[in-house]
Amino acid sequence: MSGPPAQPAGRVELRQERDVAAARIAVSKAMDALGARALRKTRFVTAVSEIARNALDHGGGGVLEIYRLDRPRRIMIRCIDQGPGIADIDQAMTDGFSTARSMGKGLGGARRLVDAFRIESRVGAGTTIEMEANP
Amino acid sequence: MTVAPTTEVSRLLREEFDSVLDAWFATQKREGVRRPDLFSDRESRRQLSDLLRAFSDALSRIDITEAVDIDADNWSELRMALSEITLVRTERGVAPWEMTAFMLALKQPVFEMLSKNLADRTDRLLAEAADFGRVVDALAMHINEYFIAERDEIIERQRAEMMELSTPVVQLWERVLTIPLIGTLDSMRAQEVMENLLNSIVEHSAEVVIVDITGVRVVDTQVAQHLLRTAAAVRLMGAEAIISGISPKIAQTMVELGVDVGEVTTRPSIRAALAEAFRRVGFQISRIEDTRV
Repeated sequence: MSGPPAQPAGRVELRQERDVAAARIAVSKAMDALGARALRKTRFVTAVSEIARNALDHGGGGVLEIYRLDRPRRIMIRCIDQGPGIADIDQAMTDGFSTARSMGKGLGGARRLVDAFRIESRVGAGTTIEMEANP
Repeated sequence: MTVAPTTEVSRLLREEFDSVLDAWFATQKREGVRRPDLFSDRESRRQLSDLLRAFSDALSRIDITEAVDIDADNWSELRMALSEITLVRTERGVAPWEMTAFMLALKQPVFEMLSKNLADRTDRLLAEAADFGRVVDALAMHINEYFIAERDEIIERQRAEMMELSTPVVQLWERVLTIPLIGTLDSMRAQEVMENLLNSIVEHSAEVVIVDITGVRVVDTQVAQHLLRTAAAVRLMGAEAIISGISPKIAQTMVELGVDVGEVTTRPSIRAALAEAFRRVGFQISRIEDTRV
């Protein structure tokens, strides 16, 4: 996935449940540094929480990278896992679809909470999700 | 038991024990890691002597020209002596870096003695100095690991304590309980919350339970699911759950996520939730008539 030129602003390894909290805190700080509004921050951090947990629960762990982008000034995260991948992305993005005993609203919900959403997945190779938010 | 080859280092530690001890002590003094404010000279010398004795014993048994694994069984006595001294010194306030420097200070005096005694045997000098240096480095690293392990243990203990403290169920009134949630509600904590709450419902014959999430920063689908499951379990126990403290930000985010709270009662503040709870259990709050004259 080739996004716009980016400045690294953080990186969190996702290996256990408490790392999801660490990811939320890191993204929250990066958004504070951008002077993001409270509501935008809550929305983006919630979306990050969803995809970070997906990477952990379904992707067997992964890494979350945080970037600052310019023109316009905004934040981007990239969440990468080397899990089994998603066979049918459209289905996975549909509310109510879940392979685990969860609500099945994580992916679709995350997309609705952010300003840009890109997903790439190959079965057997893993999933990469990029999300952007304006401050 | 294998017998290690006689090296100049092992000979020094055996036959010139006192001069090595003195030189080590002097180096520590020069580097300012002796801490005479915490230990008398006598005490410090005894610690060094114990450690050096264990070191000397280890070198007479172990061939350090081979790869050194300080965690192996044959190093256990030296390891124990080192751990004991580390414990005693840190309990009195010696810093981790001082403890490492304390160990590393053995290198220089031994190097000096080696270079004097092996002046005409450069190859042996280099090999022995390298081997000895490796062992001392490994011991210094062992000290560091000791500190890290100790700190990890403290962190883990505090985590456990915090977990226990962080889900207090409070009785607000007859048959009314509240549980204020703060921070993150991961699966482990959610389980804890659920258990505490359900037990307290039985204990207090509660009819209304206020789950306050004012202190929860992010409500994602997992947190929402935990809350709704808790509410469902509370209902099965014959009580009602009220979720309070949903901020406007979180309310909007939950709508976007597509979370439906269904029939669970929610209130924006714990105050509004308390009023609702009183109404349900048949109490009413009224202002006292002013009886002052």
